[in-house]
Amino acid sequence: MATFKDFRNSVKPNWCPGCGDFSVQAAIQRAAANIELEPEDLAVVSGIGCSGRISGYINSYGLHGIHGRSLPIAQGVKMANRDLKVIASGGDGDGFAIGMGHTIHAIRRNIDITYIVMDNQIYGLTKGQTSPRSELGFKTKSTPEGSVESSISIMETALTAGATFVAQSFSSDLKELTSLIEQGLQHEGFSLINVFSPCVTYNKVNTYDWFKEHLVSLSDIEGYDAHNRMIAMQTLMENNGLVKGLIYQNKEKKSYQDLAHGYSETALSKADLSLDNKQFEELISEFM
Amino acid sequence: MVDQLSWKVGGQQGEGIDSTGEVFSLAQNRFGYYLYTYRHFSSRIKGGHTNNKIRVSTKEIGAVSDDLDILVAFDQETIDVNYHELHDQGIIIADSKFNPTAPEDCKAKLYAVPFSEIANELGTSLMKNMVAIGATSAILGQPTEDYREVVQGVYGRKGEKVVEKNMDALKRGAEYFNEQAGGPIERLQLEKADGQKRMFMIGNDAISLGFLVGGVRFMSAYPITPASEIMEYMIKHLPKHGGTVIQTEDEIAAATMAIGANYAGVRTITASAGPGLSLMMEAIGLSGITETPLVIVDTQRGGPSTGLPTKQEQSDLMAMIYGTHGEIPKVVIAPSTAEEAFYDAAEALNIAEEFQCPVIVLSDLQLSLGKQSVSPLDYSKTEIRRGKVPTGDLPELEAKEYFKRYEDTEDGVSPRVFPGMKNGIHHVTGVEHDETGKPSEVAGNRQTQMDKRHRKLNNLNFKTPVYKNVRHAEADVLVVGFNSTRGAIEEMIPRLEADGIKVNHAQIRLIHPFPTKEMEELVDAAKTVIVVENNSTGQLANIMKMNLGNLDKIKNLLKYNGNPFLPTEIYTKCKELL
Repeated sequence: MATFKDFRNSVKPNWCPGCGDFSVQAAIQRAAANIELEPEDLAVVSGIGCSGRISGYINSYGLHGIHGRSLPIAQGVKMANRDLKVIASGGDGDGFAIGMGHTIHAIRRNIDITYIVMDNQIYGLTKGQTSPRSELGFKTKSTPEGSVESSISIMETALTAGATFVAQSFSSDLKELTSLIEQGLQHEGFSLINVFSPCVTYNKVNTYDWFKEHLVSLSDIEGYDAHNRMIAMQTLMENNGLVKGLIYQNKEKKSYQDLAHGYSETALSKADLSLDNKQFEELISEFM
Repeated sequence: MVDQLSWKVGGQQGEGIDSTGEVFSLAQNRFGYYLYTYRHFSSRIKGGHTNNKIRVSTKEIGAVSDDLDILVAFDQETIDVNYHELHDQGIIIADSKFNPTAPEDCKAKLYAVPFSEIANELGTSLMKNMVAIGATSAILGQPTEDYREVVQGVYGRKGEKVVEKNMDALKRGAEYFNEQAGGPIERLQLEKADGQKRMFMIGNDAISLGFLVGGVRFMSAYPITPASEIMEYMIKHLPKHGGTVIQTEDEIAAATMAIGANYAGVRTITASAGPGLSLMMEAIGLSGITETPLVIVDTQRGGPSTGLPTKQEQSDLMAMIYGTHGEIPKVVIAPSTAEEAFYDAAEALNIAEEFQCPVIVLSDLQLSLGKQSVSPLDYSKTEIRRGKVPTGDLPELEAKEYFKRYEDTEDGVSPRVFPGMKNGIHHVTGVEHDETGKPSEVAGNRQTQMDKRHRKLNNLNFKTPVYKNVRHAEADVLVVGFNSTRGAIEEMIPRLEADGIKVNHAQIRLIHPFPTKEMEELVDAAKTVIVVENNSTGQLANIMKMNLGNLDKIKNLLKYNGNPFLPTEIYTKCKELL
């Protein structure tokens, strides 16, 4: 049985020392081992940006695609081989700016993959521009007078889009993050895990200390029910989205794979592709 | 007796013009005639003039006809817009409901037939289409009872009563015309057909069938004219084979999802038209550098931007050859008939997997949507070749080492493994990478990997890169085209030959990599080369000049008003150019 060490490879990440993404990498490796995956049964698909490099830092199948498109690629991987566990990952710019269209539709499509976003509220790899998660008034290279656009409330957006698994965590809490990723991987449907992953180089506002001060743990809220969408929405709004833990899960709704008409229960990648002559004649006869 | 004739039905969009054409053409197909059809339509659902032109022949045909024998009109606009196509002994049959009149300079004979009135008497105005077909059958002297099989096929599921009503409508239409005209029109009696059963399909059907037979089990696509029929076919058929179709949020998702699924080992396709292909360009580059198979259909329509979404054009050529930033190996195949489209679609899947690169199956609106007779397709001529994929277990890897997915091999093609395979773990990235897929900016590695990727296509062995009709060792002119122009070119060749001009014909089927050797011989053997294409800048002619030189010899014959070439137009312009 594989341990988390089996999910490590020999590549040294090129992230800055102190980057929140290291914890996300470790949490994925631990979660994969905890749910007893073998490295070849995991595919990590990532987007472009600092965090997008993560697919190359885990000993599993990995695909580092194009900016904003980790989700459609990951959904394609899962549709081709439903036996795989598939993680899509990237930053907040990748998922909530250029890739936002895919994010909404992946949520409502509910294909059984796990989407882990490393949310640092800034563009790091391009050296410090505003992101859709930057707060109003946030000063960056591209918003020297402060951002005049609102930050997107991504957890609320996910809930309204019909998400069946919504969670949020923080790089400093490796234990909770690992647990949420495990739950996400085991959820039968699309799971979204937004991780506050501080950028120590370009974001001097939303620091580790800032999150420690502002984040509310849902486990500290008495009687919080993660299966109640209304309460989830209300709690998010009351706390300006700054909560951590499992926000919402719907175990009733079936995944896309289970609902898709005729879709094979065995992996499509293992399908026999040949037709017999009778099948061919039938196809031809439709046009006669 | 004639060996062919041309029939057109027109009216407002949404009033059953297409289904009128459908029933008429299905019947002629059943009688064993060869057919070729053209749909004139607009980008709207209700209203606006639409027409369906159907050519019926005892011989194989591949083009819209120059003129028209019979025009069936459901409104005055149909007459006003189309009468000029009718030859002098042509016939108009029009619904008497709108008091049809023939323009002063119209020499064709107009018969007013109460399509709507008869239909209403029988219970529903919807059946006016069948009355019109009945009148047509009378003109042609085809017994209405011969239509029963087709009427049964089209309306059978609605019950026997509906079939009988429609047959009644057909008979009443025929009777009315016979009374008015005193029987069939002698000049329009078709010679008897050979009675052979032939497939009758649009190019998109043929492409879809090729894909299904070729092992496609997943498709991700976004609706667009004139490509949607491919998605619709797959939605209907893939679930029967365990597969499925996802209608994505946009074409970027369609192409990248297809890349993900191909990477994970399933033959996956997407299909679109110009605007969608523009959105897919970055994904095509990803397919190229990650060496992930990807087959995309581009059904060309009028561009740029939204352009002429329901009209014929062939202006995506350069974009398909060169589109995406940077340089990748890519294959562009352009079938010119539905039959070729079937085989090319199936073969595109093999090429994509064997050479691990994007393959564009290029079509155009007239090929994609024009319904045509197709000779029997041969299943045994198709095969599934998946390239360098392992058949057994993979050798164990050194601890923490990756599988060499991008190994620098002699033929440039590296072994490909799928997620889930033990000892196959490697990284895939759109960043330049080393043999194991790890990012690398080292200059030497960059050169090695670029050379490796581009070397792959040296071994491409496409069976018939050029469809040739070489009639002369030394020709006055070589006429060159691609995609749907083939039939119109073929049809005008005998007319040029009758004028004493020696004509050879080449229809380029493998657009890229360009079949330089085959084309060089043909160009050298001709005094002049005329390149026929539906665009305004002569894209194929430019590609030819780039690959073959002969700058002065190669001449343009262009049409870009949204309509396909008529044989006469090509003939006339060839005469001007020669």
